[in-house]
Amino acid sequence: MQTPDTITLPLTGMITVALLAFPFISGLLCLFIPKQAKQVALVSTLIQAILTAYAIYLFNINYRSGFLANMQGIVDQPWITQLGVKFFVGLDGISMLMVILTNFLLPLIVLSTWNREFKQSSLFYFLMLFMQSALVGVFISLDVFLYYIFWELALIPIYFIVLIWGGENRIRITFKFFIYTLSGSLLMLAAIIWLYLQAGSFSIGDLYNLRLDLSSQRWVFWAFFAAYAIKIPLLPFHSWQPDIYTTAPNAGAMLLSGIMLKMGIYSILRWILPITPQAVLAYADVAIIMAIVGVVYASWIAIGQKDFKRMIAWSSIAHVGLITAGVFTLTQVGFQGALVQMVAHGVNVVGLFFVAEIFLSRLNTTQMENLGGIRQLAPVFASTFLIITFASAALPLTNSFVGEFLLLNALYETSYWYAAIGGLTVILGAVYMLRAYKATMLGDVQQVAGFADLSLSEKMVLFPVVALIVALGVYPQFIFNLTDESVKFLLFQIDQHLATTH
Amino acid sequence: MEQLAWLIPVLPLAGFLLSIFFGKGTSKNIIGSIASLMILVPFILTVSIFIPFVNSVDHEPIRIVFLEWMHIASLSINYSIQLDQLSLMMMLVITGVGFLIHVYSVGYMHDDENFHKFFAYLNLFVFFMLILVMGSNYILLFVGWEGVGLCSYLLIGFWYKNPEYNKAANKAFIMNRIGDLGLLLGIFLLYLRFSTFEFNRIAFEALQIDPGDPLIRNATILLFIGAIGKSAQLPLFTWLPDAMAGPTPVSALIHAATMVTAGIYLIIRSNVLFTLAPFTQEIIMVVGLVTAIFAATIGLKQNDIKKVLAYSTVSQLGYMFFALGLGAYTAAYFHLFTHAFFKALLFLGSGSVIHAMGGEQDIRKMGGLKKYMPITHLTFAIGTFAIAGIPPLAGFFSKDQILASAYAHNPIFWVLGLGGALLTAFYMFRLFYLTFYGSFRGTHDQEHHLHESPKTMTIPLIVLAVCSVVAGFVNVPEVLGGNHWLDRFFADILAGTTFILEGQEHAHLSQTLEYILMAVSVVAVLSVIFYARIRYNKNGHVPAGDGESIPGWQKLLVDKYRIDELYDAVVARPVVTASSWIQKIFETNFFDRIVNGVGQVVILSSRTVRFLQTGNVGFYVFAMAIGILAILAANLFLN
Repeated sequence: MQTPDTITLPLTGMITVALLAFPFISGLLCLFIPKQAKQVALVSTLIQAILTAYAIYLFNINYRSGFLANMQGIVDQPWITQLGVKFFVGLDGISMLMVILTNFLLPLIVLSTWNREFKQSSLFYFLMLFMQSALVGVFISLDVFLYYIFWELALIPIYFIVLIWGGENRIRITFKFFIYTLSGSLLMLAAIIWLYLQAGSFSIGDLYNLRLDLSSQRWVFWAFFAAYAIKIPLLPFHSWQPDIYTTAPNAGAMLLSGIMLKMGIYSILRWILPITPQAVLAYADVAIIMAIVGVVYASWIAIGQKDFKRMIAWSSIAHVGLITAGVFTLTQVGFQGALVQMVAHGVNVVGLFFVAEIFLSRLNTTQMENLGGIRQLAPVFASTFLIITFASAALPLTNSFVGEFLLLNALYETSYWYAAIGGLTVILGAVYMLRAYKATMLGDVQQVAGFADLSLSEKMVLFPVVALIVALGVYPQFIFNLTDESVKFLLFQIDQHLATTH
Repeated sequence: MEQLAWLIPVLPLAGFLLSIFFGKGTSKNIIGSIASLMILVPFILTVSIFIPFVNSVDHEPIRIVFLEWMHIASLSINYSIQLDQLSLMMMLVITGVGFLIHVYSVGYMHDDENFHKFFAYLNLFVFFMLILVMGSNYILLFVGWEGVGLCSYLLIGFWYKNPEYNKAANKAFIMNRIGDLGLLLGIFLLYLRFSTFEFNRIAFEALQIDPGDPLIRNATILLFIGAIGKSAQLPLFTWLPDAMAGPTPVSALIHAATMVTAGIYLIIRSNVLFTLAPFTQEIIMVVGLVTAIFAATIGLKQNDIKKVLAYSTVSQLGYMFFALGLGAYTAAYFHLFTHAFFKALLFLGSGSVIHAMGGEQDIRKMGGLKKYMPITHLTFAIGTFAIAGIPPLAGFFSKDQILASAYAHNPIFWVLGLGGALLTAFYMFRLFYLTFYGSFRGTHDQEHHLHESPKTMTIPLIVLAVCSVVAGFVNVPEVLGGNHWLDRFFADILAGTTFILEGQEHAHLSQTLEYILMAVSVVAVLSVIFYARIRYNKNGHVPAGDGESIPGWQKLLVDKYRIDELYDAVVARPVVTASSWIQKIFETNFFDRIVNGVGQVVILSSRTVRFLQTGNVGFYVFAMAIGILAILAANLFLN
C-alpha cells in the first residue's frame, strides 16, 4: 500500500528528460540528413508537441510535493561533483506552462519557414532545435548552475541564426546584441557564484532557504535583474532589441520575442522573487516604473515606425513591459496575468512576424509605405491578420485581453497611477496596430498587384494562431488552473521569507 | 422560456459564423434571410420572456450563470446574464429594430460584392450588443462595449478601398478607446471597493455608502468618460459624424439606435452609484446640455443628409445625458427608446433617398422627391414630426418628460432645453423640405432614375413609422390621462436610487404648470416649423454652394466649429510627430550613443588583450571560460 509520501506520480523524470533531450537529438539528425532537414525538424517539433500534450495529461495539478508546490517529473542526479553541480530538473505549473509555450510554438515557427529555402538549411534547423532544448532546459532547471548553462546555451543558436541568415547590418547588430546579453549574464553568473558560496549548493531548495541580509539581497537582486531586464528588455536596456528583431530572419524573431524573452520574466518569478524578496519589496516600484515608462515610450515610438517588423519590435517592448510590471505587483492576479499574457504575447507575436514573413516573401519588403490594398487581393490573409491585429490591441474575447485586464487590475491595486499610465497601452496599442493594418492592408491596390492569398502551409501557421487567440480569450481558466498551485506557493514562499528575515 | 435565453446572443453569433465561413458564393437571398432570421428568433424569444416577466407579480430579475471565465483567488468573472426591466427593454429594441434593419439591408446592399460580410458583421454587432445589455457584470458589459466598437470599425470601413473611410474607421475605434480606458479604470476602482464586478452586488452594497463619497465620485466620473466616448458627447463626439462613411443601415442601427446609446445604458445600470455622486451628475448634466445645443447648431448648416442626422443623434444623446444628470433615469431611457425608432426611421429613410439618388447625399441637389417616393416621404415626415416633438408622436412624450424634469430642477434649464428642441425642429424641417419639396435640383440622369425603393426597404420604414407614432404611449403622463407605465415598470431597477433620495424634497410641477409648459413648447416648435416651411418650401431657399462665400458665424457652423482641425493640430499630428522626435532624441542620440560607446570600449580593450581577433564567438568562449575558472577558484578557495 502506498502512503501519500511515496505516491508515484504519473509524470516521471523520464518524460522531463525526453522533453529536454529530444529536440537536440533530432537536431543532430537534421545535420545528418541535410536534404530533409526541414521535414525532420517539423516532424520532430510535432512529436515534441505531442509529448508535451502527454505530459500535460500526466501532470497532476493538485499534487503538493511539500517542495516547490506541485513540482513533478523530477530528476536529481549528481553531475559535476567537484562543483556540487547537479542535473536537477522538474516541472511545476509555471515551468509546465513555459514548456507548453515553447513546444507548441516551435512547430508553427518551423512551418513558418516552409516556403523559404535557406542556404545550409540543415544547420538552420539544427540550431532551431538546439535552441528548443536549451529553452526547455531553462524552464525546467532546478539547479541554478544548470539553469545558467542552459541560459547561455540558448544564446548561441539565436546568435548564429541572426548572424548567418539575418538582413542588413547583421554583423554590427548581432555584436551589439551579444555584448548586451553577455554583460547581463556575467553579472548574473557572479551573483550565482556568490549565492553558491552562501548556500553551499546550487540547488533551488537551498537557495530558497537562504536568508540573506538586506544589503546582500540588494546587489543579488540587481545582478539578476540586470540580466533579465536586458533579455526582456526593459527600458533603458532595450536598444539592442528593435535592431535585432528587424534584421533577424522572421523565424528567429519569433524565437526571440515569442519564447526567449519570456526566459527573463520566468526567471524573475523563479530566481529573484523567492530568493531576494526584501530587495524586491524595496525595488518593486523602481521596476514597475521602469516597465511602465517603457510601455508608453515604446508604444509611442511604435506609432511612428515605417517598417512593419520594427513596429512589432517596439510593440513587443510595450507588451512585455506591462507583463513585468504585473509581476512586481506581487499579487496572485498580477502573477497569473503575467503568465497568461506571456502565452498570449508569444502566440500573437508569432502571428505578427509571420505576417511580416508573408509580406517579405511576396513583395520583398516590410516597409509599410510600399504595401497597402492587400485586403482586396487576399481576403483570407486579411481576415486572419485583422484578428491578430485586434488581439494585439487586447480586444475582449481575445487572448491578450485576459492578460491585460488582469495585469492592469493588479497594478491598480498597487497604485492608480500605474494602471492609468500603463493603461495608455489600451489607446496607443489600438493606434499603432490600426495604423499598421490600414497602411498595409486597406486602400486601393497599387504596389501589390498579384499578391496571392494564403497557401496551405501559411494557413497551417495562421489558423492555429487565430484558434489560440480565441480559445485563450474565451477560456483562459485552463492556464489559471495549471499554474494556480505554483503561483500560490510562490507568494507563500515570499511571505514566509519576509516573515523569517530581519 | 428563460432556459432558452442563451440562444438570444448565440444565434446572431451563429449567423456571423455561417455568413463569414459559408457566405461567399451563397445566394444573397439565402444569406440575407438567414441573417435576418438569426435576429428575428431572438426577438421572438425576448418577447416571450418579456411578457411573462411583465405580468409577474414581483418582477424578479432572471440570473443565469453559464461558465466560469476567469477565476483567480477572490477575483471571479463568469459568463452570466441578468434579465430585468432594463436589459429586456434594451433587448427588445436591439432585436426588434435590428431585425427591421437586417430586412432593409437585404434590399439596400443588394448589389454589393461583399454582401455576405456585411451581414456577418451586422450579426456580430447584434451579438456583442446583446452581450452588452444581457451581461450580469461590468466585465461582460465591457466585452460587449468593445465588441460593438469592433463591429463599428468594421462597418464604417466597410468600403475599405476609400482611404477616407478607413481613416474614419480608425478614428472611431481610437476615440472610443480613449473612453474605454476610462471605463476600464472605473470598473477597477469599483472592484477595489466592492471586490466584485456583479451589478446587483455592487448596487446592493453601495446602499451602505453616503452620498458624496470620493471613491464613488471618481469611479462614476471614469465610467462617464467611457460613456462620453461611446455615446459621442463633448469632447469625444467627432468620430460619430465621420462614422457616416459606413453603409446607411449601419448608421441607423449602430450609430443611432443602439450602440451609441450604450453610454446611457451604462449609467442607468449604475444608477445607484451615480445617485451617490451628485458632483458627477452635475458634470453629466452640463456635458449633456452643452452637447445637445452645440451639436444642434452644427446641424443647422450641414448639407449632407446623413451628417445632419448624425449631428442630430449627437444632440439627442445629449438630451438623454441631460436627463441622466438631472437624475431622471426613466426619462432618459424613455427618450432612448423613442429615439431608437424615429432615428432609425430617419436614417433608413435617408438611405432610401440616397439609394434613389444613386449615392448622392447632398440635400442641395435633391428636392421634390415627394412625388417619386411617396412611402419614403410619408414615413420620413412621421420621423421628422416625431423628432421635432409634435404630439402625439413618440418624441413629444419623451422630450416633454425631460423638459419637465429640467423645469423642476431649474427653469433656466427648461429654456435651454427647449432652445435645443427648437433648433432640432428647424434643421430637421430644413432637411425635410429641401429633400422632398420644391423642384428637383439634381442632374437629369438622376431624375430619370428616381424611384421608390423595393418592398424590403419600404416595409421596415412603415413598421418603424408606426412605432414612431405609438412608442410614446408606453409612458404617457397622468396629466394627459396616462399612467406612466414605464416609470412604474422601472421602479424596481431604480429602487436603490429611490432609497438613497428618500426624504429629499422633490419639486413637483402642478398640473396647470405642466399644461402650460407643454403648450408653450408645442406652440414654439410649430412656429419654428412654420418658419422653416416658409423659408425652404414657399420661398425655395437653397443653402449656398460650397464655393460661395458665407458670413463668418455661419461659416463656423458649416465648418463644424473646426473641432476636427483643432484635434488634428493639437492631438493627432503631435502624437505622430512626437513619435519620431522621441526616437531621434532618445534613441539615436542617447541610448545608441551610450551603447556604442560601451561597444567601443569593449572592442578597444579586447584589441589590447588580442583576444577578439578570432571573432565574437571567441570572446564568448573566453567569457565562459572565465566564468568556469571563477567557479573553480571559488571551489578551491572553499576547500
